[in-house]
Amino acid sequence: MADKRPVRWHIGVFLAPAVAIYTAVMIFPLFATLNLSLYTTVHQVSQFVGLGNFRKLLGDPNWSGQFWNALGNNFWFFVVNMAVQNPIGVALAALLSSPRLRGAAIYRTAIFIPTILSFVIVGFVWKLILSPLWGIAPDMLAAVGLKSLFAPWLGDAHYALTVMALISVWQFIGIPMMLIYAALLTIPDEVIEAAEMDGITGMRQFWKIKLPLILPSIGIISILTFVGNFNAFDLIYVTQGALAGPNFSTDLLGTFLYRTFFGFQLQLGDPNMGATIATAMFGIILVGVCIYLFGIQTRLRRYQF
Amino acid sequence: MSQARSSLSRTIAAHAVLITYTLIALFPVFVILINSVKSRRAIFAHPLALPGPGSFDLIGFTTVLQQGDFLRYFGNSMIVTVTSLVLVLLFGAMAAFALSEYRFRGNLLLGLYLALGIMIPIRLGTVAILQMMVAAHLVNTLLALILVYTAQGLPLAVFILSEFMKTVSDDLKNAGRIDGLSEYRIFFRLVLPLVRPAMATVAVFSMIPIWNDLWFPLILAPAEATKTLTLGSQVFIGQFVTNWNAVLASLSLAILPVLVLYLIFSRQLIRGITAGAVK
Amino acid sequence: MHMKTLTSTLLASTLLAGSAAWAQTTLTIESWRNDDLTVWQQTIIPAFEKAHPDITVVFAPSAPTEYNAALNSKLDAGSAGDLITCRPFDASLALFQKGKLADLSSMAEMANFSDVAKAAWQTDDAKHTFCMPMASVIHGFIYNKDAFDKLGLTPPKTMDEFYADLDKIKKDGTFTPLAMGTHDQWEAATMGYENIGPNYWKGEEGRKAIIAGTAKLTDPQFVEPFTQLAKWGPYMGDGFQAQTYPDSQNLFTLGRAAIYPAGSWEISGFEKQAAFKMAAFPAPVPKAGDPCYISDQPDHALGLNAASKNKDAAMTFLKWVGSEDFAAIYGNALPGFFPLIDKPVKIADPLANEMLSWRQTCKSTMRYTYQILSRGTPNLENALWATSANVINGTQTPQAAAAEMQKDLATWYKPQQ
Repeated sequence: MADKRPVRWHIGVFLAPAVAIYTAVMIFPLFATLNLSLYTTVHQVSQFVGLGNFRKLLGDPNWSGQFWNALGNNFWFFVVNMAVQNPIGVALAALLSSPRLRGAAIYRTAIFIPTILSFVIVGFVWKLILSPLWGIAPDMLAAVGLKSLFAPWLGDAHYALTVMALISVWQFIGIPMMLIYAALLTIPDEVIEAAEMDGITGMRQFWKIKLPLILPSIGIISILTFVGNFNAFDLIYVTQGALAGPNFSTDLLGTFLYRTFFGFQLQLGDPNMGATIATAMFGIILVGVCIYLFGIQTRLRRYQF
Repeated sequence: MSQARSSLSRTIAAHAVLITYTLIALFPVFVILINSVKSRRAIFAHPLALPGPGSFDLIGFTTVLQQGDFLRYFGNSMIVTVTSLVLVLLFGAMAAFALSEYRFRGNLLLGLYLALGIMIPIRLGTVAILQMMVAAHLVNTLLALILVYTAQGLPLAVFILSEFMKTVSDDLKNAGRIDGLSEYRIFFRLVLPLVRPAMATVAVFSMIPIWNDLWFPLILAPAEATKTLTLGSQVFIGQFVTNWNAVLASLSLAILPVLVLYLIFSRQLIRGITAGAVK
Repeated sequence: MHMKTLTSTLLASTLLAGSAAWAQTTLTIESWRNDDLTVWQQTIIPAFEKAHPDITVVFAPSAPTEYNAALNSKLDAGSAGDLITCRPFDASLALFQKGKLADLSSMAEMANFSDVAKAAWQTDDAKHTFCMPMASVIHGFIYNKDAFDKLGLTPPKTMDEFYADLDKIKKDGTFTPLAMGTHDQWEAATMGYENIGPNYWKGEEGRKAIIAGTAKLTDPQFVEPFTQLAKWGPYMGDGFQAQTYPDSQNLFTLGRAAIYPAGSWEISGFEKQAAFKMAAFPAPVPKAGDPCYISDQPDHALGLNAASKNKDAAMTFLKWVGSEDFAAIYGNALPGFFPLIDKPVKIADPLANEMLSWRQTCKSTMRYTYQILSRGTPNLENALWATSANVINGTQTPQAAAAEMQKDLATWYKPQQ
């Protein structure tokens, strides 16, 4: 069927710069890298192996052991992030959004500050605070009579990963707080007034009225957290090193990927296996995002006005 | 009476909780700042003590200022961050406008395509990116960094901004069209001013990783003339010796500009998210 | 309009940078030795530039954790510097095989180095040498001499004496006996296992037996060092599991610990920071009268980027690096990094000299994980970091650690299958 409208050049003009830069500088190099996962290098010569590298990653115990370990750790890292970050983020946002609260802007800025710090700073300062030698955490616990609770957490395979996840929460709490704060402010006054007419106030009002209304925001934060956590790398790298100690207990897919791709100490970089891990990660994230988009988000939307 | 009292106690409780969390958020920052002006001995003898007559020492800052032109590094970081942000916002908004305003074949697919970049770390494309920059003679120029950060920031920008663009009233745009405004004018004159708050949101989210990035400055622009502040600070982290005074000093210096940028955007930011991006 | 000024400023600054290089050749050295930046800028480069005013040398180190990744990317894309600081063994060998490093075998200066010194930067058949050897490091234990004097201790010769000293220090309570932690893992492997181990596996004899497949990592001489490490924990102070490498350095240099399991690279940093007298002893031997072995590790060398556009100038610099002059300057500017040159070099620093003197009394060997054995997956060096830390932490028995190492090696290394 004939389209009578003239060619809409402006659409192209609007899209061109973004699509061009993004394609040339991001998509093209990334897919050139992911493509490496289909090859292997023998004596400096690249050979096509199809899905051979994926079979190796999941089937060869030398690779699959590390892969499942990293995936399991990553899952726990994500669970802790979600379980701690969302309730605290929601609680802080709820408090900040209470009407006539003085100093809200100051609190907001202060709580956002950790988010702007670089990983080098975050890694250094938490290692210093949690160090058994210099006494910040031990002395503070001692001051409240809980010295016996102190343990060298970062060096203990049972706690290190959880502690890293909590540090990550500390660093990034600003983002969920800001987004939920905004969502709470967008709830129309009429809805709140109507609830108050019905005698629903305080905590009950929060649970019954506000929380369902901000669920979509919590959904978006969850998916951003998911993508962020499954790409996480820097924090572990600066705090626990490339071998993600103790005994690989803090190894995430990101650290496993970088160690494999770029090499480390005596381990040579293996771009082919690195790309294989990267592709696997990409797949996991894509599946997670699709579950969210098609499974969760559509259900959440029902609660909207 | 009792209602007033309960509201007062609720306010006090709210402040108590917020102050507690603010302390948790700021305590480590406080530790960095006080220790950046102490001698090494004092840092590790009493990391929590305030700098005093015996422990106050600007050695970190003097080392930083001696080893490299930190004023220039700062300028480079500013140029890269601000220019990348401008490009991300401009091109991101244009693309978002096209995706949300017009119906054309492949619209949805293009939207998904532009979102792929959120899911893979761009660092993996390093070799291809570097080869491209070598071929274009852009190695050791700030432009190379600006291009990479622009590409890296676009996916999230398009994602968030297209949500916002949908909230701009159609009546307004159609009125503009009836008045004979071109599509470009509609975008720049009518739509852009209305989504300024959303732009601030994107600016804050994009700014942090750009400012703090170490990898691409190291790979693409390690020359003295193009070093960024974050890369310059790495000089003090050695193989066996870490000059903590200098690291703390240079990194404390690096917090300030990004904090100022944040404060500039944050007023707009809150209004921005409030305007309904995340609804 | 804003953008335009910006672009032109950018252009201008690039042009300026370009024209500065016009007058003479500028050589760029890639390195991970951030630590040595000022020494290069103030001592080494001026010494070279004085003799070669037409060559400007820029020492451009990156953070050690990023070095390999950054260097490989830059070499692949063709933007790396003219001279490349070479890690020992496989990392540099791989670069040579990919054609990134030039073959330097024919340089006359190579005759200044013994075969052992060159081994770390040669092909397996020793036919091609691709980096000019610069320095090695020696392992042992640095101790707080004031603390030893105060407690009336003498440096231990045997492991029994070592533990006797540690017990006395612990009992006194003023000092942490051993300044070491397991958080960063590598100290446990490098300054623990591979520091004391050569006395058990008889240095080169044991190392070569593993390479040849005539000994196993589960043999007593390789399990015993783990058994020793397992005893170290109680001497390392509370919370050593979370003690990082810089923590240990600070603990020692602040005078709060007595013995520091060390590499000679610590010397210059320690001497700047410590306010007490220091001395060193080599790894104690199992029984009195046993021959002693020291871990004498080739550490870095300098290679030529095969794609360098300034090869002539770069070769001039490399020739200088292979000379006695350079060895004397380098060895004294960076005490603790010992010249590999086959000529006597006078080192002024007493502590460095003390460690260097062990070459006369003990036999040299190197870390057994470095040559050939860390080529496969799983990586043996990485495994040693984790197992050594586990053994000290008490989360793995010495036997289990040795069994894991052997299993890892046997999965890919033919002579061990």
